[in-house]
Amino acid sequence: MTLAKVKTVTLVGLEGHSIEVEVDISDGLPGYTLLGLPDAALSESRDRVRSALVNSGEIWPNKKVTVSLSPAWLPKSGSSFDLPIAIGILMAQNVLPDFEGEFFIGELGLDGAIRTVRGVLPAVLAARKFGAKRVFVPADNFSESQSVAGIEVVAVAHLGEVTRFLRMGEFPPCAEVQKLDLHLRNLDLCDVVGQVDARRAIEIAAIGGHHLLFIGPPGTGKTMLAERIPSILPPLTLDQSLEVAAIHSIAGSLKAGVAITDVPPFVSPHHTTTPTAMVGGGSHQVRPGACSLAHQGILFIDEAPECGKGVLDSLRQPLESGSVTITRAIGSVTYPSQFMLVLAANPCPCGKFSGKGRSCICSSLSIRRYLQKISGPLLDRIDIRVHVEPPSRNEMASPDLGESSESVRARVIKARERSRVRNQAHGWLLNSQIPPSQLRKKFRAEKEGMNFLHIELDNERLSARGFHKVLRVAWSIADANEHEAPTLKDVQDAYSLRTGMEDFE
Amino acid sequence: MVTKQEIGALGEERVAKYLLDNGCRVIDRNWRIREGEIDLVGLTPEGAFLFVEVKTRSSNHFGHPLEAITPIKALRMQRLALAWLTLNNHWGSDYRIDCAAVFIGRNQEGEIDYRKGVL
Repeated sequence: MTLAKVKTVTLVGLEGHSIEVEVDISDGLPGYTLLGLPDAALSESRDRVRSALVNSGEIWPNKKVTVSLSPAWLPKSGSSFDLPIAIGILMAQNVLPDFEGEFFIGELGLDGAIRTVRGVLPAVLAARKFGAKRVFVPADNFSESQSVAGIEVVAVAHLGEVTRFLRMGEFPPCAEVQKLDLHLRNLDLCDVVGQVDARRAIEIAAIGGHHLLFIGPPGTGKTMLAERIPSILPPLTLDQSLEVAAIHSIAGSLKAGVAITDVPPFVSPHHTTTPTAMVGGGSHQVRPGACSLAHQGILFIDEAPECGKGVLDSLRQPLESGSVTITRAIGSVTYPSQFMLVLAANPCPCGKFSGKGRSCICSSLSIRRYLQKISGPLLDRIDIRVHVEPPSRNEMASPDLGESSESVRARVIKARERSRVRNQAHGWLLNSQIPPSQLRKKFRAEKEGMNFLHIELDNERLSARGFHKVLRVAWSIADANEHEAPTLKDVQDAYSLRTGMEDFE
Repeated sequence: MVTKQEIGALGEERVAKYLLDNGCRVIDRNWRIREGEIDLVGLTPEGAFLFVEVKTRSSNHFGHPLEAITPIKALRMQRLALAWLTLNNHWGSDYRIDCAAVFIGRNQEGEIDYRKGVL
């Protein structure tokens, strides 16, 4: 046989495509032709594959080698084709026994070592979809892909391990996988001193999936609170954590040797970040942006008013649809991005405008302007706004720890279950997703509560936009308090979670 | 001590014999114009002209001999072949460009790796 076919997978976004690597060895001048729209990294595979084969004690055919990656129309990029090409070249030389149902993914080092590549988890998921029985992955990518059921994942660290397996059925040594929940263990809500209101706010936000804005002077614990929100969110289901890990796998942010986690991700891009980094982009491979990395978790933007205007507003579409579609020359890619947006802002440019604001040196105009940098349509989607004040001397003096994340999380899980049961029939899961029309029909608060809101509307202390938001939050508070529908007290509590609104609306 | 030229001539001799053994005639050798040289010109029993580039190596330390033929050199062979056909009034005849690698070891036997129609 001078013709061999080997299977692998390539990714466009999260979507996998089955790729057939065909290798033909024919007479003619020694040479290597790679067909199928390879990019630069892939075109370089020739030299990697050749050295890897020779240094693994295999033979490089001094003939005309033609490698075709089909379907030919799909642009292919990256180094994950090295391993399937090497196996194809060996098969075409008749030095490997026949096999079927095996997929290969991996980059080769010059010594034959199999190096880690991005996007192994979604590639393994895709291979399973295409009917692969067994998939060979780089040893360092084993930890992310081992949790995929229904397919045998073989971690290989060297080309020699693959050929030994195919020739003699000798299994390579299994890579070790640690289970780490560092995030959960290190960051606990009990570290936060005082901040009763803010604690309550993040608990309610966690129940209903409400987006959140912290306003407060520097050093009061806005970041601290935000970082601890994942620790009070319910753990991700297996499907969710696979989806999250798949996105992180493409971004290359998974750690080797650490199993995928069920802790919701926490992503905090710097405020100088670009819109492309926020929503994703790239020319050869469209990479997920911060808002997709925060899928099923928290997207925290500190110093939100300092962000470029386009950056925050680029979040409006993902906030609306729960996904981002990025179109580039190579095609359109859609990444999921359902996240809880948490913004933090100083109250004014100098940051001291809180309490009585005596030490603030900003003019009233500059204070107004500062917070107006967060655009109206974005604020429209933020249900809860909290002023985070500096802790009092009493709170600082107290040696007691605050309530732990563990017990808050238990309450959040319970309340979320209540809301899930109620919302599921209507096609949404979280209270923050209740549409305005339903808030005025089926999802009304109790009579006194609605009256209260109508009076506030009449007195022009509440906008129509604010009205709906208060109601959504009131539902989350009702779930926390195990009420059938929001009571007057729940509505008033929800109303009070809008302190500081006046500056914006 | 055998010189480079002697090794080359030895290789060409081996390939000429190989062609004769395979029923071809050798009609020109080391044909040279300004642009370059054709090592061997042969004629198959079917009447097609063969233009053979011979690469001779006494060791394998520098890779496969035929790897020395880069795409640019292959194109030059093409031009030389057409020039030969034109100057010898065979323009329009069938022709083929072949390459031969000759490995000459201690015993100077000369093992041949012959590739037909490389272009």
